[in-house]
Amino acid sequence: MSIRLDKPWRILDEGSVEALPGQLGVYQLADEAETILLIGYAGGHSLFGLRSELSSQLSARGEGSFLFRCEVTMQYMSRYQELLMLHLADHGELPRDNNDDVATLGRLSPA
Amino acid sequence: MDFEPDQEQRLIVETVRRFVQEEIAPLEGALDPDASELEAEDRARLVAKVKEMGFYGLDIPEEYGGPGIDIVTRTLMAIEMSQHRAGLYAPCYGVFGGAGLAQLYEADDAQKELYLYPTLRGEKRGFFGLTEPSGGSDPARAIRTTAVRQGDDWILNGEKTFISGADKADFGLIFARTDPTLGREGISCFLIDTDMPGFHVRRVIHTLRSSHYATEIEIKDLRVPAANVLGEVNGGFAIATDRVSRQRIPYAAGCIGLAIKAQEMAIDYVNVRETFGDVLATRQAIQWMIVDNETDIRTARYFVLAAADRANRGLSFRTEAAMAKLIGTEASARVVDRVMQIHGGYGMTKDLPLERWWRELRIRRVGEGPNEIQRLIIARNLIGRSLH
Repeated sequence: MSIRLDKPWRILDEGSVEALPGQLGVYQLADEAETILLIGYAGGHSLFGLRSELSSQLSARGEGSFLFRCEVTMQYMSRYQELLMLHLADHGELPRDNNDDVATLGRLSPA
Repeated sequence: MDFEPDQEQRLIVETVRRFVQEEIAPLEGALDPDASELEAEDRARLVAKVKEMGFYGLDIPEEYGGPGIDIVTRTLMAIEMSQHRAGLYAPCYGVFGGAGLAQLYEADDAQKELYLYPTLRGEKRGFFGLTEPSGGSDPARAIRTTAVRQGDDWILNGEKTFISGADKADFGLIFARTDPTLGREGISCFLIDTDMPGFHVRRVIHTLRSSHYATEIEIKDLRVPAANVLGEVNGGFAIATDRVSRQRIPYAAGCIGLAIKAQEMAIDYVNVRETFGDVLATRQAIQWMIVDNETDIRTARYFVLAAADRANRGLSFRTEAAMAKLIGTEASARVVDRVMQIHGGYGMTKDLPLERWWRELRIRRVGEGPNEIQRLIIARNLIGRSLH
């Protein structure tokens, strides 16, 4: 099982967001060059799960210039932390728009 | 024996109960339902408050600066500290402080300087590396990680799984086979630093606990100085099992806290929720669930306090601790399950803490020695035969 979120990227627009499930899970947001800008999650307080979260991103960032991919999971908290740790292991830093404290994250060295 | 708390214990219990109700529970509304950490500012404020109360570092032995709380009082506190949403695996979000790895109290002076004291000062974190893909309940046979002597060092190779906190730790205890011809007498315990070459946390293991995960470790040609053997070479098995019985008592007590809180929720709910023209409290099916809950809670509380009482009096308590763990985890899971049933659809939602408690209590029947192992311990002590 791949521990990375390696689903195909989708364009962040109204149509793709409306089609998202209202379930809990994690997502990645990227620019057109597929550089990950943000790792986020739809947790227990999100009104319509991933759809709400990505809808907020769409409202904040505008249509057309961003990509996203997501994963439905009830283990959204540990999966979120895992994705942050993987990004840190791969790139030496967190995505540009993540404000998480690196000191509170674990260290992974995936094979 | 009724195990009624004495006056001092009652005062402590009331203080902790008030702390949970007034300081911890109100913060949870703003946190994700699966969260296990407070905002840094809240945490610092509450740690300071706990220090003022004189309860910080609850599990640190008195000679190392802990508050010197006996195990019965500690058990009563554990029952109170878990009575909130994150309470089972993050009682009071850790603001009462940790004690570090209990095994470090057996370390030599140099090892204590390097690992124990920095842990007690909050400067270092450790992990406990026993379980392997081949099993965790039978370490004498399951441990396949090897340690081979090479000059002044040992070279370790192997894998560990279901290890909590290894990714955030500065050091850890790794149990490895130092004599392949022996069973439990061929295992040693090594103190390793997580920045040593050859130590790798390969992946996160996701479980029913959304915010807590376990990890999988690979150990490849990890060179450990001989001075880092904890205790005697080939004496690791005793170190692994030494404090296990004692740890099972507060482990079971935490489960009872959830059951008590769930029962309170159920009683409140059945008195206001109406069906077919009357409140649920008037229905015999509901009344029986409430009664079964109370019986489970009181039984579990009795067994947990009985084990604590024996430990406190210096009597053998291995069987009683196994019974406490067995009954505490299973009875509490039944209570929470019934309370979910009473709440109907709402019981399944993240609006209430019940679904989180239900998931996390399921883990407790496996963690800290599966309940089948507890039954084996009790059977062995009753029948007087060794396990094979």
